[in-house]
Amino acid sequence: MSISLNKDVCTGCKLCLSSCPYGAIVITDGKAEITEACTLCGACVASCPVSAIVLEVIPKEQVDTSQYSGVWVVAEVHDEHLAGVSLELLGEGRKLADTLQVPLSLVLLGEQVEGLALVAGEFGADRVFLVQHPVLAQYRTAPFTDVISGLINREKPEIVLFGATPMGRDLASRIAARIGAGLTADCTGLEIDPGERLLLQTRPAFGGNVMATIVCRHARPQMATVRPKVMSKAEPQPGHEPEVIPVSVDLDERRVATKILEILREDSGSQVNLQEADIIVSGGRGLGKAENFKYIEELAAALGGAVGASRATVDAGWIPAYHQVGQTGKTVHPKLYVACGISGAVQHLAGMSSSDCIVAINKDPHAPIFDVAHFGIVGDLFEVIPALVKEIQRANGGD
Amino acid sequence: MDFAFTEEQQDIFAAVDELCEEFFAPRAEEVDEAGAWPQENADMMAQSDLMGVPVPEEYGGMGMGFLEWAIIGEKLSSACTTSGAIFGAHMLCVYPLMFFATEEQKQKYLIPLAKGEHVGAFGLTEPNAGSDAGNVQTRAELKGDEYILNGSKVFITNAGEAQTYVVIGNVAPETGTRGLTAFIVEKGFPGFEFGKNEKKMAYGSLPNRELIFNDCRVPVENVLYKPRGGFRVAMQTLDVGRIGMAIGAVGLAANALQKAVAYSQARVQFDRPICEFQMVQKMLADMTVDLEAGRWLTYNAAWRKDQGLNFEKEAAMAKLYTSEMCGRVTDHAVQIHGGYGYTREYGVERLFREAKLFEIVEGTSEIQRLVIANKLLKEIRKK
Amino acid sequence: MNIIVCIKQVPDTTEVRIDPSTGTLVREGVPSIINPFDENAIEAALQLVEAHGGCVTILTMGPPQAEQALRDALAMGADRAVLICDRAFAGSDTLATSYTLAQAIRSLGDFDLILCGKQAFDGDTAQVGPGLAEQLGLPQVTYAINIEVDGKKVRVKRLLDDRFEVVETRLPALLTVVKQINDPRHAGLRGVMKARKAEIPVLTAGDIEADITRCGLNGSPTNVVRVFSPQRHGQGEKLEGEPDEVARQLFEKLHTAQIV
Repeated sequence: MSISLNKDVCTGCKLCLSSCPYGAIVITDGKAEITEACTLCGACVASCPVSAIVLEVIPKEQVDTSQYSGVWVVAEVHDEHLAGVSLELLGEGRKLADTLQVPLSLVLLGEQVEGLALVAGEFGADRVFLVQHPVLAQYRTAPFTDVISGLINREKPEIVLFGATPMGRDLASRIAARIGAGLTADCTGLEIDPGERLLLQTRPAFGGNVMATIVCRHARPQMATVRPKVMSKAEPQPGHEPEVIPVSVDLDERRVATKILEILREDSGSQVNLQEADIIVSGGRGLGKAENFKYIEELAAALGGAVGASRATVDAGWIPAYHQVGQTGKTVHPKLYVACGISGAVQHLAGMSSSDCIVAINKDPHAPIFDVAHFGIVGDLFEVIPALVKEIQRANGGD
Repeated sequence: MDFAFTEEQQDIFAAVDELCEEFFAPRAEEVDEAGAWPQENADMMAQSDLMGVPVPEEYGGMGMGFLEWAIIGEKLSSACTTSGAIFGAHMLCVYPLMFFATEEQKQKYLIPLAKGEHVGAFGLTEPNAGSDAGNVQTRAELKGDEYILNGSKVFITNAGEAQTYVVIGNVAPETGTRGLTAFIVEKGFPGFEFGKNEKKMAYGSLPNRELIFNDCRVPVENVLYKPRGGFRVAMQTLDVGRIGMAIGAVGLAANALQKAVAYSQARVQFDRPICEFQMVQKMLADMTVDLEAGRWLTYNAAWRKDQGLNFEKEAAMAKLYTSEMCGRVTDHAVQIHGGYGYTREYGVERLFREAKLFEIVEGTSEIQRLVIANKLLKEIRKK
Repeated sequence: MNIIVCIKQVPDTTEVRIDPSTGTLVREGVPSIINPFDENAIEAALQLVEAHGGCVTILTMGPPQAEQALRDALAMGADRAVLICDRAFAGSDTLATSYTLAQAIRSLGDFDLILCGKQAFDGDTAQVGPGLAEQLGLPQVTYAINIEVDGKKVRVKRLLDDRFEVVETRLPALLTVVKQINDPRHAGLRGVMKARKAEIPVLTAGDIEADITRCGLNGSPTNVVRVFSPQRHGQGEKLEGEPDEVARQLFEKLHTAQIV
């Protein structure tokens, strides 16, 4: 619970200064000093070339971690199907389970969802905990938390994975607080430390500028929400049938405080579901004015993609906020991201830099967007975009 | 001598900086191109308590000084020149009410102006009374308990949008300046109308209209100060108005310098950013010195006003220097931008056009020199 | 109604730049701000109190300098602000943070609603809001884009990935809000002056009767073991030439890579 700096070892090299996200390190008399502003985030520890900074962790009451075994995935059901992220988690969970040599289980809650258990099997699940009840027909925090927390306490899995979706984040946070588990948000990498059988959870922080690896050494289970579209689904194995374990629950609608009154899909603003789009064409301040989004729309239409936008354009009122990509907007991972007239502020890069292929069109050759682009075009987007649209149409016509 | 701001001033200026950066600056281009009164900007100035900075708190203001008012105006003008101009012109109505209005007039007119619920304007200039401000021909005749105004004012900033006008009329044109009388005129008074918005070299969204008085009836209780006291009201208003123009010029020039610096760092020629070339550096250095000199002349005038010292000469000096400085700085800014500076893309050509205003309105540079020489000679004679 | 808004002071990452030569963050001179989503929560609280009457209390856990974030919130119009500050809280993960906030809220007395931003700008976890709701045993509704209070009930429109969901729950409750819910107001000069003079009480672990084994690093099951810069793939390929030419080049590359 404290951080210490060995002044005899410190060389005053200042590397730690720039590593500190909170400006909590100062140099006095040629030595680093940690101030009150320190949050014990530990970012400086790794930066010190002479290991002068040590984060001292006082050992906690040890949970008997050996009692916990197995990898779980909590399913998310969309329109009577397993959500893409659930299948991705099964793919990733399979690898973790194989490394640990434990079974992989899916926790499936809903009403009349038993058919999905078989799908889960094909995608790698060994077992499915099947909980069916009318109260669980749609996701709601309280009953899902109650059911899953209870199951965890009874079955004691060592790892529980959720999608880093609105549902997964809502639910996992609540369960973790209920059972006192460690939870890591929005992971993009999972690995097993073979020595300690620990789950190494890697996630971006500071809008993707820093990656942090987090472990949960003492508490169990180790829980994580995992970013959609980062992990890969397993090849389906037709006929791989899971062991289905029905779980009966005693739920009463009258005891659930929260009621869903209505679900609106048509105008949810996401005719563009940016996070699902394989191709995104985004416009930035370089467009100059709202009307010029038509260039972006044309290119998006030609590519069969969705329209994204930078924060500056949304703030200027050129386009509704649900198009916004970036830290205060959506985080996206399309196959192709075309950034037009976007300079590439850090907060924008945070939302798109993990796209498979990034194309940048900008007239400023020094725009930071070019640092992350796979293909960069220094030029006038009002000339390049129409030329590109023509090229695509010509190719499509030729097909 | 202490050139540092207090912590309170720093906090206030930081809040205004944030407001300018997040609200006024991003929409400045759009505001200018719209060619229409920027109501959202006026609303934001009101909500943010900017419309009555030097007005005492009991009259709805912030109870601060003219120095704070000046610096806030500079920041606004730097972010959005049109908003800065509205802010400046508003004070030409607020100021005479602060100093000459009766308690009843303050309750009725000053409070809503200071709170920003109303916008103010000031009407002095006439087709034949520009620099020769004493030659006001708008006639005011007392009939019963009303004055009947006939005549017109030109180029009046905020006209048509403002609810409250301080208008200088003449109860005895044959006596020249001695007949001048200030009136508080409300938009909507019978016989009070507006001409069309002038088409100008710049400031397309800033209203500058004719005020037309056609048997306009103004109750006697709306005489500001006293009958035949209008020359004093007008001159004192213009003294503060000059500080208002100076802050506008300083803000605009600061914006031009900032744009020039950014461009000179980004623009690469001969494999180097052009800011590394000495001839560009000379321009940047001259602009910086020029701007800073004008800024401190202006702060000094505002500070003297707050200290209760004579500030009329200093205000005229600030207005004279900053308006000409603004022309030089924007000229350099366009030059540094080269061809792109001449296009509309980088916005510096707009600043260049806007800058010219300051040398003309509220006393041309020639009039400022007259005022300065006048005050100077008077001071010497006194000694 | 009495509303508590939990906020976090974060570095302004929009001001953070990447040093192109080293690929690391340039954090020098980066100012601290109220987490942007929390500003939306403050605005939502102010609007609810304007409509229904009541009091907005701002709460933050952080180092002494987090007081500035509280003053900024007061300048927007909040009625009072409380800082939770103790060395014992340093190193808190989301679980320990929610426990500490819950203890502080218990010590503050009655409330009708707790509002939080959907997540913090620096950590991006979105875990503290629900965690806090759990600690206090309240119903939670996350991702609120519209809030209507009606007596002892609240009706919330939620913004989810591909739909809106309208839910109703009982008060007191905890809601987290999205950016789209409103446009946070700017502080006016009057607010700044008021905030300057406000007394901001500081609560320590003792004041909120916190069990310090559940606070800070002690109470945090997760630990950061490694921090590193993400791999950037460096300079990509620059395409040059006339617009038609670069368009053709680009299309061919994308086509070859089977992206289009």
